[in-house]
Amino acid sequence: MASLARRRATDYTVKAISTGFAVLSLILLAWILWTLVARGLPAIGPHVFTKITAPPGAGGGLLNAIIGSLIQIGVALIIGTPIGLMCGTFLAENGRGTQVANAVRFVNDVLLSAPSILIGLFVYQLLVVPFGGFSGWAGAIALAIIIIPVVVRTTEDMLNLVPIGLREAAFALGAPQWKVVTFVTWRAARAGIVTGILLAVARAAGETAPLLFTSLGNNGWSVSLDAPMASLPIAIYQYAASPFEDWVALAWAGALLITVGVLTLNILSRLVLAKMK
Amino acid sequence: MDATLSGRQAEAGLIAAHKPTGRVSDPVFVGILWASGILVLLLLGLIIAMLFHGGLPALREFGISFLWSTQWNPVTEVFGAGVMVFGTVFSAVIAVIIALPLSFGIAFFLTEIAPGPLRRPIGVAIQLLAAIPSIIYGMWGFFVIVPLMAAYVQPPLIEWLGPLPVIGALFQGPPLGAGMLTAGLIMAIMILPFITAMFVEVLESVPPMIKESAYGVGATTYEVYRNVSVPYGRTAMVGAVMLGLGRALGETMAVTFVIGNATRMSASLFAPGATIASTIANEFPEASIGSLKLQSLLELGFILFVISFIVLALSRLLVRSRLKG
Repeated sequence: MASLARRRATDYTVKAISTGFAVLSLILLAWILWTLVARGLPAIGPHVFTKITAPPGAGGGLLNAIIGSLIQIGVALIIGTPIGLMCGTFLAENGRGTQVANAVRFVNDVLLSAPSILIGLFVYQLLVVPFGGFSGWAGAIALAIIIIPVVVRTTEDMLNLVPIGLREAAFALGAPQWKVVTFVTWRAARAGIVTGILLAVARAAGETAPLLFTSLGNNGWSVSLDAPMASLPIAIYQYAASPFEDWVALAWAGALLITVGVLTLNILSRLVLAKMK
Repeated sequence: MDATLSGRQAEAGLIAAHKPTGRVSDPVFVGILWASGILVLLLLGLIIAMLFHGGLPALREFGISFLWSTQWNPVTEVFGAGVMVFGTVFSAVIAVIIALPLSFGIAFFLTEIAPGPLRRPIGVAIQLLAAIPSIIYGMWGFFVIVPLMAAYVQPPLIEWLGPLPVIGALFQGPPLGAGMLTAGLIMAIMILPFITAMFVEVLESVPPMIKESAYGVGATTYEVYRNVSVPYGRTAMVGAVMLGLGRALGETMAVTFVIGNATRMSASLFAPGATIASTIANEFPEASIGSLKLQSLLELGFILFVISFIVLALSRLLVRSRLKG
């Protein structure tokens, strides 16, 4: 048995080191954000939002990449949200306790952490090769597959918070199940479900790897889902590793935009979730 | 916990006992719910099948030795996964070795030390590290960390530790800044929030009674953490570390920027290397449809999927075993 003084000293030391680690992680966050602001802010100007990508030195912007990202995320939401919502509802309401639901929950957790580059390769095999080319559709579907597991997870969690009495009351009035779910259960969990969708958008917005093999990117004006489509992460990826100063500056501008958007969505979601719980 | 559990069981019974109202709407609705559940199952099956099918020709060409062959020569069209499998595991293990003590300390701070009002904001700030996209980490690593490593971190390590026997092998080669250690370091920051969040969740589920008993016999805060809380949640905590490892294995963009992308194998922490994910991202543009190279890349993807799947499945089993009782 060590002496009391030594045990106290150990306790203080460990507390100091742990506090130091927590401070270190906050410093790292601040450092990354500072780097983005210091290098990205000077690079942001009207040209970023009004001009499309151009060869180095030609004073291009990121307009087509921003629009392309918005289109692909929008289409991904239209495809992924209903599937995620229904699957999450299945896990929380009908499937509860069944082996099928346990299997779905497990598979969903795997999809949630699976390397996103493999989602890109999968969609490449599924859509790009058979249909003979990269397209906005392929990019949107790859992002939908990233979105679905996030929505499934949050929907299930949120529906589990809805008190059983609400459902009982609705059933007691003779409501069919589809009415109970849509008018009572979903409505009660609405804020949480929307938050899940926001979190999914935040996750999809920064994804680069899945888009490399699907929508590929496009240096021209691209709003057709049937052709290769520009996106912000791909533009950043191309520009950041380039030897041209104005391209690198644009990459930082894009990086700052994406990060600000993603962190804002995250903080908003957390505020809503904290209120619900 | 008990109340919610019985509530849930009652509810399952309620929904099961709820007779369809004779109209066509309910069976259709329930059918849609089941179908979407099955769809997610099928999705994973389809992903596995597609990756396996795409890489099959490469596997046929090179045989099972593709897994460990260290050849990667686009000119002679001889491909093997050895270097990338090694790089993937090596860099992910470095990330976990760095992230684990940090997460351990931060979880201790958040559960036992941090004053109440500060706990949430600090917790959220650390979680924001997980929200930053991979490509941002890549840029930050490439423009900020790599030069720092090359100028201030690697030279002294090479000078002092390089000549030592055995461990000296880890600190060889020119200080390029990019390489295995830098990739592991960046990934450690990326997986730290995931491990920490799960640690905190596990530690908060420790019954206060047994902690109080330990305090009652005069244990210090750290002794309670080490001898009561951590042993109580050990299984789930191992699961949390596995989750971090699983995420690091498939990390693409951040690694592509800082690993140096050399298809050589080296035991040195400073040697440029490649992971499966970074190789796929880098070499894909030069692989035409139907080429042996593309098939080899798809086979690499399949191998990555198998490794990640095993790690993530294990992680989940360990985490659920404790948390869900």
